[in-house]
Amino acid sequence: MRIGVVTFPGSLDDGDAARAARIAGADVVRLWHGDPDLHGVDAVVLPGGFSYGDALRCGAIARFAPVMETIVDAARGGLPVLGICNGFQILCEAHLLPGALTRNQHLHFRNRDQFLRVESTDTAWTNNFTGGQEILIPVKNGEGCFVADERTLDQLEAEGRVVARYIRGNPNGSQRDIAAITNEAGNVVGIMPHPEHAVEQLTGPSLDGLGFFTSVLRALAGSTAGAQAGGHQ
Amino acid sequence: MARVVVDVMLKPEILDPQGQAVANALPRLGVTDVSSVRIGRRIEIEFAGAPDLDRAREIADKLLANPVIEDFTIHVHEDASAEVV
Repeated sequence: MRIGVVTFPGSLDDGDAARAARIAGADVVRLWHGDPDLHGVDAVVLPGGFSYGDALRCGAIARFAPVMETIVDAARGGLPVLGICNGFQILCEAHLLPGALTRNQHLHFRNRDQFLRVESTDTAWTNNFTGGQEILIPVKNGEGCFVADERTLDQLEAEGRVVARYIRGNPNGSQRDIAAITNEAGNVVGIMPHPEHAVEQLTGPSLDGLGFFTSVLRALAGSTAGAQAGGHQ
Repeated sequence: MARVVVDVMLKPEILDPQGQAVANALPRLGVTDVSSVRIGRRIEIEFAGAPDLDRAREIADKLLANPVIEDFTIHVHEDASAEVV
């Protein structure tokens, strides 16, 4: 299975995301923001960092990158896409996910290991977890406060689209402690903390992050077994 | 040269922690009669030809403001004197 990892100018965690996908067992394809070709990948990770220097708003400029135009179309067609941190911000700006990520309520950058509760295992990126599973992965953001209007929040909850919630402390003031959400189809997931930094004993607080990457491999294996082989493009 | 000015503000229901931090600092200046501060962004656009308000509105809607959390207003700014359109 080929997982594409996009590099924008200002991406920081593309290397770690590629490494995490590799450790999970994927073939990794590095994608470049200026190249609209997805090179036949089966899934895409939008990594953390500060794409285009966070000019204007986080993710606002990246949304219009040539690679994003292709990814938005492919995601609407079912391509699994995981946006981590800045990647989550880009997915919201691209309207693939509802809501927005705003300045942390306390205005401080937060960098710590964070407990989450996985609440939806029906997505392409979380099917290898068990419902209610508590995981520990790093969080590091300045603009991670998830906001949406009450109707959207209620809808996310009612449809089981809150993928993970902060527990034992909310690091940024996110409404309803939301750390990760998914689209209606469950192929697009945005998460503010960093699973790609928790895939090895030596460098992470746990190996819990690996589950996101093994989940998509499992989802892809299932979809190619059940459907005709063929690209997503 | 005429410029189009776009003012972007967080929607009233969206918390503005930066504005709150500023408001909380005001008593240190001896200012005690301010009840709220909210911070926005002003963007000035110069067109090669005549200012095009419809085009500016499209730019603001697609890129300059995030309609999920922000509202914007647009007006033409003629040199020194501001003119609301």
